[in-house]
Amino acid sequence: MGVAPVEVEQPMTGQETALDAPWVTVVWNDPVNLMTYVTYVFQKVFGYPKPKAEKLMLDVHHRGKAVVSSGTREAMERDAETLHGYGLWATVSHDS
Amino acid sequence: MTWDLGPEDNGDDSLGMAASFRPVTGGAAAYFEQAQAGVIRSLVSQIAELVSADSTAAEVEESGTGGDGLEAQLGLSHHAEPPDDPVLARLLPNGYTDDPEASAEFRRYTEESLRTTKVAAAQTVLASLPSAGGDVRLSEMECQQWLRALNDVRLALSVRLGITDENEDLSEHLAADDPRSAYVWVYQWLAYLQDSLIEALS
Repeated sequence: MGVAPVEVEQPMTGQETALDAPWVTVVWNDPVNLMTYVTYVFQKVFGYPKPKAEKLMLDVHHRGKAVVSSGTREAMERDAETLHGYGLWATVSHDS
Repeated sequence: MTWDLGPEDNGDDSLGMAASFRPVTGGAAAYFEQAQAGVIRSLVSQIAELVSADSTAAEVEESGTGGDGLEAQLGLSHHAEPPDDPVLARLLPNGYTDDPEASAEFRRYTEESLRTTKVAAAQTVLASLPSAGGDVRLSEMECQQWLRALNDVRLALSVRLGITDENEDLSEHLAADDPRSAYVWVYQWLAYLQDSLIEALS
């Protein structure tokens, strides 16, 4: 989820992703959301496999925040809204 | 807003046996005592009321002014600022940390539908959990809504209880004679319940 159709057709290499997708969704740590829940939400919302979802959750937990998706600004706003729907605190920012 | 555990609350003893979910075909199931059902229903209803009370749609309905009607119909919010109530501000957070203008715009376009999402989750819980308690069997879709609703209640309780440190021993969070101490227990119980629901789904 969270990738605009126009991007799906583009060949994606790591470099192009960095250039074409300057916007990111950031999830912030909080003392309430359960680690199991955050992992579950990442799997559900982004379709990430459990190991990736768990790694992101641990990044949020230990570092205070983590980038969970990148893409167009519109797509990131959709991701943030979806995450707010699950009670996670997500924000959109420029990946500069 | 105050947190009212409802008339079913007879103290910790009535909630003593922690209900938990177990996996069943197509979803999850749990047994709730009447007191447990009463507490969950009361808290979830309060979230639904809080979230829908000052929504743009509700304000338009109340004021009866035609001017804002279109905004509400389009699902736009005329709220640009985060809510004053810290609980509501946590449930409807800013979308940007460093750009107030973008944050206001984000809120205008997403807050109304976010409120709708949260009320729908609360309504699913209220529709599937009888006030008398008993066996509750949820489809996977209902489980999703329960997770959201239980999480919203925990977020709201955490703000009211001032829980800011995830490593804190909550049994010592409030003085024993603090009237809110019963809610600390409920907060922890709901975490256990939510965790069991995630476990049942995986």
